[in-house]
Amino acid sequence: MAPKVKLPKPGELSQIDFKIPATDWMDTPVEFKPGTYCWGAKEKDLLTLGLPNPRQWSPADEDWKIPEGWETTILEGMAERLSKYRSFKIFMDICVRCGACADKCHFYIATGDPKNMPVLRAELLRSVYKRYFTKSGKFLGRLAGARELDMNVLKEWWSYFFQCTECRRCSVFCPYGIDQAEVTIIGRELLNLVGLNIDWISGPVANCYMKGNHLGLEPHAITGNIESMVDDIEDITGIRVNPTFNRKGAEIMFVTPSGDLLGEPGIQTCMGYLMLFHELGLDYTWSTYASEGGNFGFFTSNDMAKRLNYKIYAEAKRLGVKWIIGGECGHMWRVLNQYMDTWNGPADFLEVPKSPITGTVFENAKSTKMIHISEFTADLIKHNKLNLDPTRNDHLKVTFHDSCNPSRGMGLLEEPREIIRAVCNNFYEMPENTIREKTFCCGSGSGLNASENMEQRMRGGFPRANAVKYVKEKHGVNMLANICAVDRAALPALMDYWNPGVGVTGVTELVGNALIMKGEKERTTNLRFEDLPGKGGNE
Amino acid sequence: MKILFSLISVIVLIIVATLGAYITSLHYAFGIIIPYVALTMFVGGFIYRVVKWGQSPVPFRIPTTIGQQKSLPWIKQNKIENPTSALGVIVRMAMEILFFRSLFRNTKTELREGKNGPELAYGSAKWLWLGSLFFHWSFLIIILRHLRFFLSPVPYFVQLMESIDGMLQIGLPALYLTDVFILVAITFLFLRRIFIPQVKYISLPADYFPLFMIMSIATTGILMRYFYKVDLIAVKQLAIGLATFQPVLPEGIGVMFFIHIFLVSVLFAYFPMSKLMHMGGVFLSPTRNMISNNRMVRHINPWNHEVEVHTYQQYEDEYREKMKKAGIPVEKE
Amino acid sequence: MHKGGRIIASLIIFVGLFTIPFFYNMGKANAGPEIDAQQLANFQSIEPSINMVANHPQLFNQWRNQFVQNGQTVYVNSEGKSIDISLEKLAGDSSNQFCVSCHNYTAVKPTCWDCHSGPEGARK
Repeated sequence: MAPKVKLPKPGELSQIDFKIPATDWMDTPVEFKPGTYCWGAKEKDLLTLGLPNPRQWSPADEDWKIPEGWETTILEGMAERLSKYRSFKIFMDICVRCGACADKCHFYIATGDPKNMPVLRAELLRSVYKRYFTKSGKFLGRLAGARELDMNVLKEWWSYFFQCTECRRCSVFCPYGIDQAEVTIIGRELLNLVGLNIDWISGPVANCYMKGNHLGLEPHAITGNIESMVDDIEDITGIRVNPTFNRKGAEIMFVTPSGDLLGEPGIQTCMGYLMLFHELGLDYTWSTYASEGGNFGFFTSNDMAKRLNYKIYAEAKRLGVKWIIGGECGHMWRVLNQYMDTWNGPADFLEVPKSPITGTVFENAKSTKMIHISEFTADLIKHNKLNLDPTRNDHLKVTFHDSCNPSRGMGLLEEPREIIRAVCNNFYEMPENTIREKTFCCGSGSGLNASENMEQRMRGGFPRANAVKYVKEKHGVNMLANICAVDRAALPALMDYWNPGVGVTGVTELVGNALIMKGEKERTTNLRFEDLPGKGGNE
Repeated sequence: MKILFSLISVIVLIIVATLGAYITSLHYAFGIIIPYVALTMFVGGFIYRVVKWGQSPVPFRIPTTIGQQKSLPWIKQNKIENPTSALGVIVRMAMEILFFRSLFRNTKTELREGKNGPELAYGSAKWLWLGSLFFHWSFLIIILRHLRFFLSPVPYFVQLMESIDGMLQIGLPALYLTDVFILVAITFLFLRRIFIPQVKYISLPADYFPLFMIMSIATTGILMRYFYKVDLIAVKQLAIGLATFQPVLPEGIGVMFFIHIFLVSVLFAYFPMSKLMHMGGVFLSPTRNMISNNRMVRHINPWNHEVEVHTYQQYEDEYREKMKKAGIPVEKE
Repeated sequence: MHKGGRIIASLIIFVGLFTIPFFYNMGKANAGPEIDAQQLANFQSIEPSINMVANHPQLFNQWRNQFVQNGQTVYVNSEGKSIDISLEKLAGDSSNQFCVSCHNYTAVKPTCWDCHSGPEGARK
């Protein structure tokens, strides 16, 4: 392992050099600068998952220990995926290199490295596609933008496909809808064929596969963590909530990313869920087997994602629940929304979700039978089913970060905003080009929220942080709300780095703070045990 | 170097065409055989490429959602950019194809030094959209205008289009607006490719070649109309001859015609093997042409193969004792 | 092919649009405009040094300017022959379709008859 590197100061990192290199991109070798890349996948994790080429290796080494004949493996893998994914084929063929996507990528904006322009990131793969799968590339070679596949190309792929957070922002602006996330997904699948993943992805995937969640919490650890949250809730509200685990016959199963079970501010969001469900008297259960909403398998390969996602429906079936609520998470919801039903459906053993409180039938989830906590809560608020005291959040000036996947892979934009408006009195939007469908990534999505690549993460999150800074200076914003566990893990570091003084919260934590529970004692602190502001008419 | 290569290729093609035009014995090849070959390659190649795309399934429903989803009844859905109906998709696709909706969103990112440190600003950037729109629409109208050479009698809509296109009535024959637009637009598209360093960096010969080709085609067309006159009656007889499969080669058509038709033929033949296929591909782009009803209707993946999973049974077998100790119900005591 | 029906239908429409000329002209002879050979020869003899079919608009335009600006009523061609500058004379009587048939064939709409009285079928 490389020695720990020092994180440059914000003043240095924001000096971004947009100058184009003197050499053509094909002649510009990839660099592995400590602080900008993640550790390689560990042998034991690949063994656990039965993935190819398990071995100890480091990206810093010259020799990545790739088996002989890897070129054939990659090219056959490409051929297979070209025949399986129309998206891949079309996106390889029709790009006109107009450049509209270039300055839409947070990594390009913050590094100035042209290979981080989505078009060029795709070209890294497209050049190989042309060389081996098109006639023009075979005959004209470099003139047609084609190049041979060699070890340098492979390393370049690894570097740049793990510098893309699959956020899909480029695809909003592309006149043909070319989605770099799709290219990155396929690129990472190809890399995984020869054992090239990053530790921060394969580790959580192995955990999730064996133990049910990315953090590797064993069943008793899950109940233990939640029990201690229950204790905290009792301290704060005087009410003891009673969550159940793996309970058969419950009406609803609740699945949330395991990030909500460990560490601040995830646990406060989780306390919000517990309080909300208790207050409603919801007949629901947690599962320790399906204890992960997120899916780092999605950052590995389609098959791996399906293998992890399998547990949700399998567990719902075993427990005999009627439908499922999912917690706050970003890529989890892209997977649940656009993939789960196709992989592991049909969920014909479940019923169309119907809120037992309001009677609202969630027709929009009539096939998957799984709804987002924000949809559920927004419905409760609209029907006035929650007794809320937004003044408890009066010390907060809140802005909302749309997570990439719920925005561009789902369209969940208004629901969380309705909730925030109901539970907070001070809500300010960031500039229009940085929110909703044009939202900027936290810089750590798609499995890149490791610690060894902190410099790259701080760069990738720069456009997001800069938009927060804007509302911080204009409105005094001090709290960044979101609906994503990776955000809750990644944004605190990002805020400390670029905008000290801005906190990070899940939307349901704000709900938990504002929620007046039946029979609760006078609250003196919020869910973080910080003193509550004086009530009523405070400044 | 990349620009030069494309430029030289086009110049060579023009030289070949000029030779062909001056050597009368080659007129049959240049006026009849090559256009037929080119059309066959275009149509055949186009079909081949689209069928090849079609042979790959769309395993997942992956629309890029660019607006509010359909969820709760009081939340206004964006029915076009997050469509849950076929009509919504049709409108979305029409907006993309006819008006380049996504390109219209284009912004320019700028990093500048603000009062309190660096600031990122996102300005409106519509020039690329405008240039592309003018270019593509002019191209389409020009192609449709050319129907007057291929249809006899000339249908009304072609005549109408022509009179609108020439409505300024400048010069003799009247100047076509689209001729001006296409030259201006393509020059703009070329200049941005060489003057914006990032765009220049990503550009390939395959990006410059079609630009030079289309520039040359438009230029020869304009030269032929205004400066190096050709006998239109003869041109039309040749064209109708082609269209009725009774090719004739009238005399005295004029040199510029042969250069023009040769370049057009090369462009058509080249089309299916190039990025110009974005014309067909845009219709098939899964992030735009799919209904965003993922949670309402199950999408079927034809190759949805079995995968190895870790079952609950295996999980409980490993953790049974720990689960029991923690009070979690188990299947087997 | 997946969703092949839609793709094939679209391709048929596309190819159909592209091959309209083949269907539109199907079974028709490549007749061309009805031109009297003698008239064409007369027309060409106005100025033998140029291809009159291709270049007459410029010549007539020149005539018009000379007539309007200098009152010139006679054009002397490259062979020294004098020709009256008169569209009516050239076009002949109203039954003469010499101008009209060619112009209609190529969908050319000259503005000559915006002012001059012209043959039947000519655009006013």
